[in-house]
Amino acid sequence: MTGTRTARPDVLTVLRGGGVYPAILLLLLFNVAFTPNFATLTNLRLQLVQVAPVAIVAIGMALVIGTEGIDLSVGSTMALSAALLPLYLGYGVWPAVVVALLAGAAVGIVNGSLVAFGHMQPIIATLGTLVACRGLALVLADGRLAEMFDPVLGTLGNDSVLGVPISVLLVLVVTGAAVVAVRRAAFGRRLLAVGGNRAAATLAGLPVNRTLVTVYVVSGVLAAAAGVLSTARQGAADPSSAGLLIELSAITAVVVGGTPLSGGRIRILGTLMGALLMQLIIATVIQHDLPDSTARMLQAGIIVAAVYVQRGRSRA
Amino acid sequence: MSIPALDVRTVSKHFAGVRALTDVSLELFPGEVHALVGENGAGKSTLIKVITGVYRPDDGEMHYLGEPAAFAHPRDAQTAGVSTIYQEINLVPMRSVAANLYLGREPVNRFGLIDFRRMHREAGELLAGYGITVDVRRRLGELGLGVQQMIAVARALSTEARVVIMDEPTSSLEPREVDLLLDVVALLRRRQIAVLYVTHKLDEVFRICDRVTVLRDGRVAHTGPVTGTSRLRLVATMLGRDIDQIRRHGATTFGDHRPAATGTPVLRAEGLTRRPLLDGVSVEVHAGEVVGLAGLLGSGRTETAKAVFGADRLDEGAVTVDGGSARRWNPAAAIRSGIGMVPEDRKAEGIVGDLSVRDNIVLAALPRLTTAGFLSRRREDAIVDTFVRRLRIKITGPGQRVRELSGGNQQKVLLARMLCLHPRVLILDEPTRGIDVGAKAEIQALISELATLGLGVLLISSELEEVVEGAGRVLVLRDGALVAVLHDDEVSEARIMREIAQASEGGTA
Repeated sequence: MTGTRTARPDVLTVLRGGGVYPAILLLLLFNVAFTPNFATLTNLRLQLVQVAPVAIVAIGMALVIGTEGIDLSVGSTMALSAALLPLYLGYGVWPAVVVALLAGAAVGIVNGSLVAFGHMQPIIATLGTLVACRGLALVLADGRLAEMFDPVLGTLGNDSVLGVPISVLLVLVVTGAAVVAVRRAAFGRRLLAVGGNRAAATLAGLPVNRTLVTVYVVSGVLAAAAGVLSTARQGAADPSSAGLLIELSAITAVVVGGTPLSGGRIRILGTLMGALLMQLIIATVIQHDLPDSTARMLQAGIIVAAVYVQRGRSRA
Repeated sequence: MSIPALDVRTVSKHFAGVRALTDVSLELFPGEVHALVGENGAGKSTLIKVITGVYRPDDGEMHYLGEPAAFAHPRDAQTAGVSTIYQEINLVPMRSVAANLYLGREPVNRFGLIDFRRMHREAGELLAGYGITVDVRRRLGELGLGVQQMIAVARALSTEARVVIMDEPTSSLEPREVDLLLDVVALLRRRQIAVLYVTHKLDEVFRICDRVTVLRDGRVAHTGPVTGTSRLRLVATMLGRDIDQIRRHGATTFGDHRPAATGTPVLRAEGLTRRPLLDGVSVEVHAGEVVGLAGLLGSGRTETAKAVFGADRLDEGAVTVDGGSARRWNPAAAIRSGIGMVPEDRKAEGIVGDLSVRDNIVLAALPRLTTAGFLSRRREDAIVDTFVRRLRIKITGPGQRVRELSGGNQQKVLLARMLCLHPRVLILDEPTRGIDVGAKAEIQALISELATLGLGVLLISSELEEVVEGAGRVLVLRDGALVAVLHDDEVSEARIMREIAQASEGGTA
């Protein structure tokens, strides 16, 4: 599939395009050298499992940002999906998961419609659903944490296939699908055209509104899936804390990964690496017994640095 | 002659091995309007940027007011008295006219707050000095492009300028605004300011400029007084072509093929109305026919094009193709029915700059190239290859970003985007605006060729000679209404201007 592509960036361009790769490499080397028990299979697997929800949400976010939009409602959507799971578990675990994902799609339809047909600014439209969905989730769950003892959810959250955690496999599947969608599918091309120049996309006869609604639906469904995943891992649905502030981590991962907020360009692998970088920073700080505030300041520094690098590139 | 205000001596500039400027010298004298012409890529922009300190020259030197000078930053140039007015207007559309004029140097009262009353009064006086009457409290964005351009000029001049560089100042102006601007240029000359006037329009060179310098491939191909230089010689120098060859072929490169409009039209648009811009305009286009749309800026040319293509919502009117109509008329429906459009504003509505040439060309053809949601790279490449060769689009490869191409090549990419759909009618809104002479000639020739092959063309151009030589039938618009339809022998520049002028008297006088 990649053999015929001539315009794919080579390793050098990838490095230049995103400082995220050398940053990850540095952090890994540092940890291997100075952190005890870092380079163990158990620890590495733990890092990957912990990053899974953010990574999935961030990939949806990258697609939305590619259309010059943003989706702030992803955290609340996770909470909504977490709140719905225990309510429908009585019908069986899969129907409950489907309901949770459909709820994510519904949030996406609302977001997308407000942006496409309502001509609202994405940041405002999704800020509205952010508030609304968290509220709805709390109402549905009666504000309480609900413990669940479902074997299927337990498997989903904690088991591995051939040594790879199921949640990590899910991340790989989502990443692969997103890469194919952006590079090879008509949908990805429409996405980039809409984000790059909406007027031009309209005059080229592209279904701009449909594309916008679709991308918010994808983001909503992925957020809901992340909600299912984190609920499954914890064995409990907690709508008041599920996905809290995850929109900020996701946006950070996207930006650090080299996707410009101005739309028209998307880096899926960069986004994945961005999420991983954030996770590694937190892990490093925790394992060296540094306060949480240090991790936050480090993250802040990295965001600013990433945006600064982008600014330099967009000028060239 | 006196000392030149600006003296550029054998300046060279390279970019990554490409020679953008080679030994370019240019003298600008006080009270002189000096035209700088050349095709796109000839080095005009680079020269301006070297003068104003955006780029540092690799070689050569510059003298300003007799002293050696090298501006490290455009701001330094501005402070020293070298003002530049760029093609794109660098003002703040959301702020008032006065605020824009005094941006960064607002008059303050004794409390250190902005003295609005004084600012408004002085702004009004300043503009009145250039013959512009406008409410200085209005938001700049609400005004026409022409007025905005004049305000940009006024702003540049209100800072004690000795040298003024104008980069295609009239490219978005309508004729009467051009007159106003040229009056201002004449005023500058009387005030002993040196003007470097970059333009694509030969008319303006001969109307206002004293001397002219032609750049070609980064070198000075000619420099001398305008009087005594013939238009043809100037075009020939710009193109690096044989003068007789151009003489034989006329000023434009349209063919002689002009079939009469016969049979039933392919495209029929009736009573297009969008208040207050468009008032009951009807257009018919037959197969193989080039229909011209003439009128002043703001007369409804672009609005007509957009209405026909379904890009704007209409109050009234209907568009039919081969007698059939779509339930919802929008660009997607128009494209499906076999209508294509290349919009007027290439950057804002045409190209997707970050995408590759390939992606841009096949953009409108996406639905046709998609199988089960996936694109066929092989079919994409076939289309791209065909049109890159046919339209002679100069690219390093299909993966090159469109942003990096010259205006002419971007325009060809947009033409390819529509032509690969095999349309039956093509709407071209200013297809040759702001592109170099060579690409312009190629596009004009292409339009004729396509018409010969049976394509119907609706051609909009603010250059009368293009409409006259290109179209077999010309519709004249004024204030959003159709005022005349000229056939065959009636089509002439004089006649069109008469129709426009006649109509205007009834409207505004």
